[in-house]
Amino acid sequence: MTLQDLTQAMGKPTFQRKAEVIGIGREGELLEVAMGPQHPSTHGVFRMDVVLDGETIVKLKPVFGYLHRNHEKIAENTSYLASMPYTDRLDYFCSLTNNWAYALSVEKLAGLQVPERAEYIRLITAELTRLLNHTCLAGFLLQDMGALGTPLMYAFREREKILDLIESLTGARMMCNYMRFGGCRCDLPPGWVDAAKKVVAEYSKFLDEFETLLSGNEILMARTQGVGKLSAELAVSAGVTGPMLRASGVDYDLRKVDAYGIYARYPFRIPLGTHGDVYDRYMVRMLEMRESLKILEPALKDIPEGPVVDPKAKLRGFRPKPGEAYGRIEGPKGELGFYLISDGSPNPYRYRVRPPSLINLTVLEDMCLGQTVADAIVSLGSVDIVLGEVDR
Amino acid sequence: MLGTGILKGMVETAKNFAGSYHDPERLTTVEYPEQRIAPKENARQFPMLIHDTEDPMKGLRCVACQICEKECPPQCIYIVKSKDKRADYKGQMQFYPATFDIDISVCMSCQICVEVCPFESIKMDTEFELSNTDRFGGLLIHKEQLAKSNEHYRKIHPADAAASDAVLAAEVAKAQAKAKADAEAKAAKAAAEAKAKADAAVAGTVPAPATSTAPQPTSPPAAPAA
Amino acid sequence: MAEVFQAIDQFPVTLKTWLLGHAAGVMPEWALPLLSAALSITPILAVFPLLFALTTVIERKGLGRIQNRRGPNRVGIPLTNIRLAGFGQFIADGIKSLTKEDIVPRSADKVVHFLAPIALLIPVLLTYSVLPFGRNMVPLDLPQTGLLFFFALGASTELSVFMAGWSSRNKYSLLGAMRAIAQMVSYEIPLILSALTVVMIAGTLSLSGIVESQAEVRFGFLHSWHLFTPWGLVGFFLFLTAAAAEANRTPFDLPEAESEIIAGYFTEYSGFKFAIFFLAEYLGLFAMCGLGITLFLGGWLPPFKFLGFIPSWCWFLGKLVALILLFIWLRGTLPRLRTDQLMGFAWKFLLPMTLINLFVAGLWHLSVTSVPMTVRWIGGFALLAIPYWLLGRGFEAKVGKREYRFAN
Repeated sequence: MTLQDLTQAMGKPTFQRKAEVIGIGREGELLEVAMGPQHPSTHGVFRMDVVLDGETIVKLKPVFGYLHRNHEKIAENTSYLASMPYTDRLDYFCSLTNNWAYALSVEKLAGLQVPERAEYIRLITAELTRLLNHTCLAGFLLQDMGALGTPLMYAFREREKILDLIESLTGARMMCNYMRFGGCRCDLPPGWVDAAKKVVAEYSKFLDEFETLLSGNEILMARTQGVGKLSAELAVSAGVTGPMLRASGVDYDLRKVDAYGIYARYPFRIPLGTHGDVYDRYMVRMLEMRESLKILEPALKDIPEGPVVDPKAKLRGFRPKPGEAYGRIEGPKGELGFYLISDGSPNPYRYRVRPPSLINLTVLEDMCLGQTVADAIVSLGSVDIVLGEVDR
Repeated sequence: MLGTGILKGMVETAKNFAGSYHDPERLTTVEYPEQRIAPKENARQFPMLIHDTEDPMKGLRCVACQICEKECPPQCIYIVKSKDKRADYKGQMQFYPATFDIDISVCMSCQICVEVCPFESIKMDTEFELSNTDRFGGLLIHKEQLAKSNEHYRKIHPADAAASDAVLAAEVAKAQAKAKADAEAKAAKAAAEAKAKADAAVAGTVPAPATSTAPQPTSPPAAPAA
Repeated sequence: MAEVFQAIDQFPVTLKTWLLGHAAGVMPEWALPLLSAALSITPILAVFPLLFALTTVIERKGLGRIQNRRGPNRVGIPLTNIRLAGFGQFIADGIKSLTKEDIVPRSADKVVHFLAPIALLIPVLLTYSVLPFGRNMVPLDLPQTGLLFFFALGASTELSVFMAGWSSRNKYSLLGAMRAIAQMVSYEIPLILSALTVVMIAGTLSLSGIVESQAEVRFGFLHSWHLFTPWGLVGFFLFLTAAAAEANRTPFDLPEAESEIIAGYFTEYSGFKFAIFFLAEYLGLFAMCGLGITLFLGGWLPPFKFLGFIPSWCWFLGKLVALILLFIWLRGTLPRLRTDQLMGFAWKFLLPMTLINLFVAGLWHLSVTSVPMTVRWIGGFALLAIPYWLLGRGFEAKVGKREYRFAN
């Protein structure tokens, strides 16, 4: 089922929230718990106001904004370049894909061309970012399930190797601030490609280990299968993107749809789930990592020589001509887009982020109603939110 | 059969338990204060100001142009321009920063100040042990603490420092060539004037005002990396 | 030589007798039973809390290694550079929890809040009184009711858990306490039923009697532990599973599931009250392990006769440490179950399995003389494996590995 088929077939939304579950008239019997903003499993400062009947959730209200820091308004009051390090802080696991999405929209706005080598570097760093994001997500999800840090530590052990690569390339481990309008900030340091090849070659070994540890584990399967189900119709209507949408069985990946960058050159497959539950979301991400490796291996081989930044791009006094542009990429968490309007001044007139975490989070209540507190925690974990991006 | 997944998982953790005793691939951490990992060459922590001479305050390359202050995304740089001027490394008279403060509690280590600086004067340091008991004054770093020698920069970022030195050498060469050209032009002009005077004296006419456009020196090719 | 080994083996008993003999001349007659009790209690109070303290460090180090970390390795002797491989950690932790502020929520039921950790610790400590730690080393040998006494005390811990959850006046505490009650009550049944097989075979409720029933030597070297029978092997694992649930250990640590309900029923406890909860929880686990050892692993008996020279109390402690390590290993591997799955596991899996196991043990006992050994073994295992396989099939019908499709 592709997105187009689904939208045509839908006509009107077929999902319906259970009307009777809200528990009106049973106020005395229900327990209202504010889970968060200080709670071990809300991935930051997120709050779920849940109403419980025993341990069953009859109502769930997500409350966010605790980490709001005015990202969009700050960006409208500084130069285009000065917003680049702020995009690192949106989804602080994937600063390189955030950089790319922002650079892409500014390049559309200003009509800049990206040199071949820079396109390769962007592709490689973005896929490395996808690897580390999905690895950490699997670790966090299992931590939420009570696996006392072991999968998380294994995930961090592997993430460390990618972070080392990113550090030697960009100078920072998480807040990379690496991409520039029309290319990348600096060239690859000597020996980097070989180091990256080594990490990529060994990564599948780690994935095997992780799958042996957990994917066949009966407790994991019992905890995740049939939990937090999200139908394809609801996912599309709510604008859910990324692995969450694909776990619900909708074939929609911007790397294929837009074929931005040089993704069209490398064949890769998109894993699709059928049940749309937490297990599918976990497995789709595990399989996506293996596909990422398939992109990385040839890309690291045929990276060409050349400049890494468009010579037309100016660092100081950058003023794109008036107009608007929307640049989007398939971030590890979903469609990450930046919408910019320029009025010819050094600052954008309007700067808007389309954060995948926030939009994927909106279906949380529908996923959790009628299930237990433990399921809600796992469902939240499987959405893969980063509060820096949700609250901006 | 029920339970096999759990048993497989337990074998995996047992392997990791044993592996962490002999396999450095598995035990990746180091014990920090005693053992340290050498910083990566590109690593960046907080900005520093480069100086060339023995006295840090006299040899700062910074000319207080305030571009970094304007471009700094979190606005953590505070510069006051000097009233007087002094000769910089090219021998040109320039302003210098009377105050140059960076609030490292605000600084986000983005390196944009380094990129926009046209004078190769602000660079990123790799020092990260900057904790302080004074959360206000202690984290506001003044130019005295910010000033680091070029040797230090060469040591922590060899490749970048070489590129930066090359740019500066080119600038110096350009300035010298310009000075030389200026001097030659001056001499030529003086000679021409003298000649005109002599001619006038000979011809007994009023000399026409000399065209004072000195020939522009072409910029020399960049010096090879040191 | 044998006398020397026996002297070492019986050293604690000899010491006590010697001390009592000396005291008899000095102390009044009525005080002697009290002194005898005190002399029995002192080693328990010294050894098991110390074992708890060491376990906290070993657990953290072991989990660290499982997770490819080093674990605590810094705290040693203060003011020196001697680190003792981190084994000073528990002293530092103890000092920390003693000196920490004891916060009681304003709207808490203060009396009950104060009593709850004590009400948990006392029954747990009392369970140790019936455990045989070595040859002739059982503080309180109850020939008619030993096992019953143990389970009765074990059941009374549920009260204190609920006291803690209720008095804290915290929603997470309440949720944790409700989970704990449901879990402990449910798992008591498989726990007792799996222990019942041993009682049936040994014919006694006295724990030292149960140990002696395993003392028979087979093939000239092997002690007849109950573990070395089909029903004993299965019963031991059923017992361990139920014991893990009783002691709130992973994967059954729902009452204190930190990712869901913060710390469950002791969310609102801090300082030394929290330390007492922590201590009681571990002592409860040790007691459960001790009971498992007594019932299935031959108590203080060695596995082989020729290893009999090692003191009996060393065997007990060694087996205890091995079981603790097993629990640490489990903790480092497994995720946690959900409440309804936990209940389902107890009622739909453990209970039928323990009942079948009881039946198999009965058959085993009746066929001692009439049926050859191999037939008994194969039959016993078949009777246990087939229901296990069927129950597993029921589980796998609901969940299992999936195939994924790919789009290009």
